[in-house]
Amino acid sequence: MSDSLFEEKLGSDKFLVTTEIGPPKGTDTSEMLHHIDLLKDKVDAINVTDGQSSVMRFASLGGCLLVKEAGGEPILQVTCRDRNRLAIQADLLMAYSRGITNVLCLTGDSIDVGDHKEAKPVFDLDSVQLLRMIRTMESGTDMGGNELKGAPKFCIGASVHPEADFIEPQLLKFDKKVAAGAQFFQTQGIFDLGSLRRFMQYASQFDVKILAGIIVLASARMARYMNDNVPGIIVSQPVIDELAGVEKGKGLQKGIEIAARLIRSIREEKLCHGVHIMAVGNEGVVPDILEAAEVVDVHV
Amino acid sequence: MIVAEQKSLEEIRRMIAPYGRVLILGCGTCVTVCDAGGEREVSFLHNALRAAQARSGNGTQTFFEYTLKRQCDAEFLDMLTGRVEDVDAILSLGCGIGVQAIAERFPYLPVLPGVNTSFMGMTNEWGIWDERCAACGDCRLSETAGICPITRCTKGILNGPCAGTKNGKCEANKDMDCAWVLIYKRLEGLQQLENMRRYYPPRNFRAIPRPKRIVSKATIDVGGENE
Repeated sequence: MSDSLFEEKLGSDKFLVTTEIGPPKGTDTSEMLHHIDLLKDKVDAINVTDGQSSVMRFASLGGCLLVKEAGGEPILQVTCRDRNRLAIQADLLMAYSRGITNVLCLTGDSIDVGDHKEAKPVFDLDSVQLLRMIRTMESGTDMGGNELKGAPKFCIGASVHPEADFIEPQLLKFDKKVAAGAQFFQTQGIFDLGSLRRFMQYASQFDVKILAGIIVLASARMARYMNDNVPGIIVSQPVIDELAGVEKGKGLQKGIEIAARLIRSIREEKLCHGVHIMAVGNEGVVPDILEAAEVVDVHV
Repeated sequence: MIVAEQKSLEEIRRMIAPYGRVLILGCGTCVTVCDAGGEREVSFLHNALRAAQARSGNGTQTFFEYTLKRQCDAEFLDMLTGRVEDVDAILSLGCGIGVQAIAERFPYLPVLPGVNTSFMGMTNEWGIWDERCAACGDCRLSETAGICPITRCTKGILNGPCAGTKNGKCEANKDMDCAWVLIYKRLEGLQQLENMRRYYPPRNFRAIPRPKRIVSKATIDVGGENE
């Protein structure tokens, strides 16, 4: 039996739904706890982001502990931006000992896009090396070749960018992540199902689960801002036009509608194995999206 | 070559303020090529410092100027004999290596850096220099089509591009090429994409431990006295 509930679900045929929570900038965890409570029984797992967009926040590991304490299934996002191989291994040992058994392995955004631009970027490892490092730790030794007193066992995933404007090198890296042991992928935001279809034609040859990233947009302005400033996001023009067409104050409602529509299409077409909803600051609307997409009942 | 940028006049004036007699010392190699600290820049800086002092109306500093062929080699420093005995400080426009070489040679003389040493690179066009080598001590350019990901990728990652690349540019700077897009395209042209499919393990940061030292093997073979 697996240590991870999420891993067991990956092995089933169910349409998977994960979402993410961004920890607070500060010690006030009330909003995060509210979101955890709201979402933990409605999704298969909750990612806790690791300083997304290189903005300093409450630790991902701490957020995962809160998800765990609340009875949810956390996915620990680990980036290589802020910690070297010693620090990441130390965090992973601690995570496993507290029952946090799912890890999303990311390289991490550039320091330059965040709010501590003068900090030292670490990047001692990249995402592929991080995946392999975890498999090494599971075999009972650390990266220095030293024996571990008690080895962890993780369910590990990674990200992939099906809408990248130059897909070939991304696919090549995707191959490396699969070879390194990634069991699931949560993609960067998908807005054009055509690119997801093309990607899945390629990815379906591998024995990995693909969860399409769904970003909840709240306005055309937010979409344009993300296009210009957030790494790995390309919102397509039809989506921007659709958001621009609604009256003021109704943007988020339209964003929910777009997200739900994408999820419904993905599920009906069986395009991939599930979705990963990124509400970026609007975590509270995730249940509305699930309801609108009619995927509520599948998660109980 | 080593690329440097001259510090602002304000910062230089603050640094040299405690000293009455200051030798402005240029270097004839890298910093001459990158217009930061050669004979010409020494002369310009000399004039600028004098003018600034005249404007301030209360200056008592005296400046001297000289440019060595090379500041980073002990044998070239002999040329300073007779030029530093009467100065209170040396303002070096050499790179950080030059500054330290001079500090080692003259234990009782303050040496101040007049430039910020920035990177190892090459001239893109006149007035524009680009970093090309991080001196990692473990060159893999044969595998990356002669384009260095450690230097030219903002994250220095080894196994391909991150998801932040867009229009062939880097997420950290929209004017900067994504190193991995360049590498992919060049490898494709060379029919060497296999190189990029291979897994690259984490870097060995002790390829040469810091501070790095290289001892010529040739010298050892003939029984030289290098440590």
